[in-house]
Amino acid sequence: MNAIVVSAFMGILMMFTGAFVKNRAVPRYLAIAGAILLFLANAIELKQGQPLFHINIYDMLKTSSYSLGFLAVMIGCLILLFLLSGEDIERVGHDVGEYFALIFFVMCGVAICATFNTLLFLFLGIEILSIPLYILTGSNKRNLLSIEAALKYFLMGSFSTGLLLMGIAMVYGGTPNASFYIASIDVGNTATSPFIIIGLILMLVAISFKVSAAPFHFWAPDVYDGAPTVFTSFMSTIVKVAGFLAFIRLFENSFGAIHKDWQKLIVVITIATLFIGNITAIFQQSVKRMLAYSSIAQAGFMMLALFALNDRAKEGMVLYAAAYSIAAIGLFGIVSRMNEFTISDFNGLGKTHPVVAFTATIFLLSLTGIPLTAGFQSKLYMLTSVVENSNQVWLVIVAVIFSAISAYYYFRVIQAMYFKEPNTEDPVELWNINGWFKSVLILLAILTIIIGIYPEWILGWLYYW
Amino acid sequence: MDIKAYIALSLILFCTGIVGVLVRRNAIIIFMCIELMLNSVNLLLVAFSKMHAVSAAAKASSTFAADAQIFVFFIMVVAAAEVSVGLAIIVMLYRNTHSIDINFLNRLKN
Repeated sequence: MNAIVVSAFMGILMMFTGAFVKNRAVPRYLAIAGAILLFLANAIELKQGQPLFHINIYDMLKTSSYSLGFLAVMIGCLILLFLLSGEDIERVGHDVGEYFALIFFVMCGVAICATFNTLLFLFLGIEILSIPLYILTGSNKRNLLSIEAALKYFLMGSFSTGLLLMGIAMVYGGTPNASFYIASIDVGNTATSPFIIIGLILMLVAISFKVSAAPFHFWAPDVYDGAPTVFTSFMSTIVKVAGFLAFIRLFENSFGAIHKDWQKLIVVITIATLFIGNITAIFQQSVKRMLAYSSIAQAGFMMLALFALNDRAKEGMVLYAAAYSIAAIGLFGIVSRMNEFTISDFNGLGKTHPVVAFTATIFLLSLTGIPLTAGFQSKLYMLTSVVENSNQVWLVIVAVIFSAISAYYYFRVIQAMYFKEPNTEDPVELWNINGWFKSVLILLAILTIIIGIYPEWILGWLYYW
Repeated sequence: MDIKAYIALSLILFCTGIVGVLVRRNAIIIFMCIELMLNSVNLLLVAFSKMHAVSAAAKASSTFAADAQIFVFFIMVVAAAEVSVGLAIIVMLYRNTHSIDINFLNRLKN
């Protein structure tokens, strides 16, 4: 609740800053301060157990320490994104204040997705999260690729909204007590209405669109590739993870009683996502596009939490959100400082920019899931939850095999950085690698290692009350 | 009238929208088909709301099933917001390519 109010307020404040303040550096500092304020407001609600603003919302939003802890992880990642790539946001175009304002509006949608208790707020949350993203994707107005990505994202996004709404209407029609509250959807008895089944499938498809799970992933590589790199970083990490949080809340609370029935659909989606994401990523020459496909592959791993849907899966989801977001934000931060994105542009980065190359190696190892990094712990939690849920060991084996395949394309970048000579006649320029950028990268790398060794450091907050 | 007629009508509208999105190549027509999908959902929600209200009255329970009708207003507002963003994106595309045919949009594939 606090986070919703503060982020909406910060969004409006940033819009006015963009309109009235001429200095281009002011919005960035204000946005960093606002993100920290957002984090503190959320932390206060987590600590006190009740919001600062007493607004009667008739139980339409419901907080738990799990959802607030998850939200804290996402806001923390937002702060790191602003610290690392704030200058890149300034570089995108003319309207600096508006970009930050739109990011705060997206965070408002993220906060609603984390706390909704009715289908109405699920719909509103997903829309508040999506509509600013369409604008951010097309924010590079001179670049045709950016516009193309924006149109594609917009058409696919509103199409999936239509499916989501049809699902909601169907579920409403099948629920005898005529309510949108997610806990009151009646699926417990054997005579579950066909409307509810159709509604469940439509909602599953619609949210799969939003989190780019196969076979509904086809918009994702193009959009992630065409959007300005900072905004790709934002929407492939924080926003995608918010989609998973909405997924878990909805399917645990409303369709949990028939979990065994829709679990089979999740298996199909998981394996398809892992397969398409990993196999296609191998053939990419552009690192940005490779990261886009790898984010699809990571979404496949996150779907395992939906398959198991027990306590360990929920813990693993938070760890995965933190691990994946930190590593991807760091990598996209480095990529957004480069002019070209092909793998050969990383040649010899270990000699020319040792700090950047070293931290990038840690992020890539974390994405692969090498022990001592956060990625390892989160994948371990996911796979353990699958075994605890149903002893489906074959699914674990499939996931591990795809994880091994992912090592191929991640390690190719590491190999280019350390074992290839720098390109002497046409050296790649990294824009503005200053001490600040390097120290934030080191901070991200240290966080990756700490979460890898002490996952309890984050998980403790989920059971605060 | 029977509820089935409303369900059938709104499903027909919804499927028309889906087919339009998949088949047509003009960005504005695709956009209109998406709006058609949203409006078919509006129709369905109002019909279901009335159905629930009638069955609640038959059971003499005090359930007041107007939630769905309020939901419809939210859908309208969100659809209007989407229209404003979407048309702006389409205008931006037209300024750059002088066309709104989405077949032009294949530069990212390679």
